[in-house]
Amino acid sequence: MPRPEIIKWLRTQFFPHMWCPGCGHGIILHALLRALTDLEKKPEETVIASGIGCSSRMPGYINACTVHSTHGRSLAFATGIKLAKPELTVIDVMGDGDCSAIGGNHFIHACRRNIDITAIVMNNNIYGMTGGQASPTTPEGARATTAPYGVIDPSFDLCKLAEGAGATFVARSVVSNPKQCEKYIVDGIKHKGFSVVEIISTCHTQFGRRNKFRSPIDNINRVKDLSVSQAKAKDMTPEELKGKYVTGLFVNVEAPEYTDQYFSLVDKVKGE
Amino acid sequence: MSKKIFVSGDEAVAEAVRLAKPHVISAYPITPQTVAVERISDFVEDGTLKAEYLHVESEHSAMSAAMGAAAVGARTFTATSSQGLLYMSEVLPYVSGARFPIVMMNANRTLATPWALLSDHRDSLSQLDSGWIQVYCEDAQETLDMILQAYRISEDPRVMAPMMVNLDGFVLTHTYEMVELPAQAEVDAFLPAYTTINRMDLDDPKTVCYAAMNDYMEFHMKQELDMRKVPSVIEEVDRLYGDKFGRYYDGMVEQYLCDDAEVVLVTLGSVTGTARVVVDAMRKEGHKVGLVKLRYMRPFPREEILDIASRVRAIGVLDKDISVGYEGIVFTNVNSTVADLETSPGRINFIGGLGGRNISKENTRGMFNELLELARGEKKEKIQFVNARCEYHG
Repeated sequence: MPRPEIIKWLRTQFFPHMWCPGCGHGIILHALLRALTDLEKKPEETVIASGIGCSSRMPGYINACTVHSTHGRSLAFATGIKLAKPELTVIDVMGDGDCSAIGGNHFIHACRRNIDITAIVMNNNIYGMTGGQASPTTPEGARATTAPYGVIDPSFDLCKLAEGAGATFVARSVVSNPKQCEKYIVDGIKHKGFSVVEIISTCHTQFGRRNKFRSPIDNINRVKDLSVSQAKAKDMTPEELKGKYVTGLFVNVEAPEYTDQYFSLVDKVKGE
Repeated sequence: MSKKIFVSGDEAVAEAVRLAKPHVISAYPITPQTVAVERISDFVEDGTLKAEYLHVESEHSAMSAAMGAAAVGARTFTATSSQGLLYMSEVLPYVSGARFPIVMMNANRTLATPWALLSDHRDSLSQLDSGWIQVYCEDAQETLDMILQAYRISEDPRVMAPMMVNLDGFVLTHTYEMVELPAQAEVDAFLPAYTTINRMDLDDPKTVCYAAMNDYMEFHMKQELDMRKVPSVIEEVDRLYGDKFGRYYDGMVEQYLCDDAEVVLVTLGSVTGTARVVVDAMRKEGHKVGLVKLRYMRPFPREEILDIASRVRAIGVLDKDISVGYEGIVFTNVNSTVADLETSPGRINFIGGLGGRNISKENTRGMFNELLELARGEKKEKIQFVNARCEYHG
């Protein structure tokens, strides 16, 4: 049972939630709320944006300033919010399809700008809400409704994509490690700049069912078994790492933040 | 030989696409279109349909990829719904301007915000001006038949326009019915392989989508003049299809018991089924009511509507949409046609079904009663909301 201070962050009137029982996204919601509580954030100073998909229903259950925007565009909404009121804590929750397919362009440009937003990518390797179509992170060989004999498209490594595009904080965890999820969300929010926290989530209904991982526990065990810490991964060959989820903090560097740069430019142009 | 199959509307679309043998399918998932593209992807993967299936990363790309394929002379298919259609909208006039006969299924679903999943017609009607032919289906059988007819109509050299086949989300996409599936050989005879001169060709290099500048206006005049001839092609294909497969849809408009009707209700899509039952019941009670099933919104059946309007005392138009700040979109279209008459019948715009709100038999009977009272000279509000939970007086 969550602590009372966490319950305060929930819109319990909207429960039961729409996620399937056993969905990994609930673990991420709890980790996010623990992080916000740990950081003593106030709901009225916290904005949570989302796009479309199972992941994107999360802000609806959170008692803060929340927006359920269009598919793939939540970072554009979040960018507008942060620029209008830089003092707010802005968090963007996305799914893998939302972040890396239809919203891929917004994702790389948010990384490039280094705007102080924390992007939590809930990667369950599938389009869950629409019925299990292959996403850009569905592992090669895995089955999906649009790939009944297995996916042949190589999948994205979202952390490498974020790093390559210029994000200044990049970390990955798995739902089987909720304490680590919470820690990376805390550190990501504290970091001044664009933070990407990818959390490997589970979808037994749409991914697991078609890939011989039927129950929620099977799916949580799957991501647990496939996760490898960054330290361990260093000593493994590329063949051994194939299909694994490497967890850890990959990037944590200081760089000029976008809204700071923007408002100092405004001051400069005004001659102040 | 044709056979009977028990399928949903989405599955009927997939079966029709398999029979039409497109070369390229590109699609992005959106509820309630997904089952259709999943089944098509099954057909492609198991070799039943020899085609390229492209998993694209957005609807904008789905239509762009379809256009690229059409530009080299491929028969193409895509499918979407609601927000997906809006995201495609930039590419829709590209396709129609380039005169590529792409066929698209649109599962009618309302638009955000607030978010909702169920069916109304706000998505497709927002794209009326995109240069696409638009047809609306009443059931899964009609949807299957219209996908096949759509290729025949849009690929006709007199037409060369893309076509959107609309079916109501969930009501049709997700409900099951017995559907007659034509045999492949018969479909092949009805729908010959697609050949066109409007394509990129290494032996005869040309540009597609060039910057017209000074010719732009004439370009679109030609498009409009060609579109005016489309109703006769639609009627022709409807007869041809009926002769071959035994199902006729009356071309642009189906008139149900309109010959001696005093009042008629104009409907679009699956709600026509409900209205049909109500017309039957009210006819038995002696009321002279009729039903106008508007099948095509573009091109608009001006002649048929004028003919009906000149014979009746009142017309109701049921819009499952609203152009906020004015009236229902179908109503505007019917009205501008009726304005050509010297004396026009009374008219009421019924707005219902927004976000999938039910339109029951009782609601439909209520609409006919309003029309009958208007025909008797009673004063009626011009725009009425149907089955709303709050009062409205406009």
